[in-house]
Amino acid sequence: MREVSVDRIQAAVVECIERAAFELDARVVSALQAARDQETSSVARTVLEELLQNQRIAREERRPMCQDTGTAVLFVELGQEVHLVDGDLRSAVDDAVHEGYTRHRLRAGMVGHPLSRENTTDNTPAMLHVRLAPGNRVRIRFMAKGGGCENMNRLAMLTPAQGREGVLAFVEESVRSAGGRPCPPVVVGVGLGGTFERTAELAKEALLRPLGDPAARDEDAALEAEALARINALGVGPMGLGGRTTALAVHVESTGCHIASLPVAVNLDCHAHRHAEAVL
Amino acid sequence: MSAPQTVDLTTPLDEAAARALTAGTRVRIRGTLYAARDQAHRRLCELLARGEAPPFPLEGAVFYYVGPTPGGEGRAFGAAGPTSSYRMDPFTPQLLARGVRGMIGKGERSGEVVRAMQRFGAVYFAATGGAGALLARCICSAEVLAWPELGPEALRRLEVEDFPALVAIDAEGRSLYERATEKGA
Repeated sequence: MREVSVDRIQAAVVECIERAAFELDARVVSALQAARDQETSSVARTVLEELLQNQRIAREERRPMCQDTGTAVLFVELGQEVHLVDGDLRSAVDDAVHEGYTRHRLRAGMVGHPLSRENTTDNTPAMLHVRLAPGNRVRIRFMAKGGGCENMNRLAMLTPAQGREGVLAFVEESVRSAGGRPCPPVVVGVGLGGTFERTAELAKEALLRPLGDPAARDEDAALEAEALARINALGVGPMGLGGRTTALAVHVESTGCHIASLPVAVNLDCHAHRHAEAVL
Repeated sequence: MSAPQTVDLTTPLDEAAARALTAGTRVRIRGTLYAARDQAHRRLCELLARGEAPPFPLEGAVFYYVGPTPGGEGRAFGAAGPTSSYRMDPFTPQLLARGVRGMIGKGERSGEVVRAMQRFGAVYFAATGGAGALLARCICSAEVLAWPELGPEALRRLEVEDFPALVAIDAEGRSLYERATEKGA
């Protein structure tokens, strides 16, 4: 067994929170530049230019890119030969969110109960997904997930007869009906297969793949390319104000499912697409 | 490509100024904005329903749907971009009936809101969602007017200069969002 202190996990999460809030992923910057150059509408070009300026200001002046600094979502892969010491993982992650969001003046954007809605003042609780993995490493993937785009997510339990076209139509309709609300150009995470809860998790996890890398399975990669073309033909455009760029990428993650089922989930991420990774 | 025309606006807005704006026009706003989002809208409307006076004059007011990050180091806020406007739709018509002339947010509005904008003479501006760092630079000062316990959702008075926005839906009901999806269909 390898011992890993949860204090190290806490420090790594704080560092991920900082990086995600102030520094836009280089792949997203390139994708926004390419989008600006191929837009013909002046409104679309202006919006994309503002987003590029915004990320420069954020980086140089250490301002958060967006005032919605997100729900802290973590996917932790815990090597089964790791023994965590000095405390528990759940508390370490919430302590990291408290520390990271407070120290870097990020927004306290969480309430303790969905109906009474008292602000927790430090952006806790984090949404923590833990999975055991072979080996003795701890892999932490962090996402700061905005509320505007999260509100536009959808899940459908399709029937096998609806098939590939049913999936494509559902993905396309989800993005069309979301319009300008999720802050397009979006990144589209699609979960395919599994069960109700598993497909939702796959859709979220799909967002964590490096932007634009194709899915491991050829049939999923082909689905991604077709879905992206259909979404960008919708005309929703940057911030829903019209244009060619509604999505920067579609990422599909799939797994097996019941003979009666064809679950599909769509998880939209805004153009800030904030994520960071650490391996201990 | 020639730069589109930009109109300078000073708040508060009167009805004639609101009705003179056309969807697609870029504006630069200076003056006072009122920062209010989900919970501040709920509380404001509850207060009005009880017959109490609002914490600021509604006539001519321009609302900004924003929940900023904290300021400090000489800044009013770190980031302060718009939030999605549709969540304020259930509260908006009654505020427009009391003289609110403008709203700044992002994304589509309901048919009820657009009809109330036409009836009372109000305009909806889109600011660029996610451009929180850029937009926060245009906010010179901020003051909490009510409900500080709401944190980022507290009601605030902001003073802004050269705040960039786009007339997304005008007082005639013309909408850039409808045009966007019609073109794509």
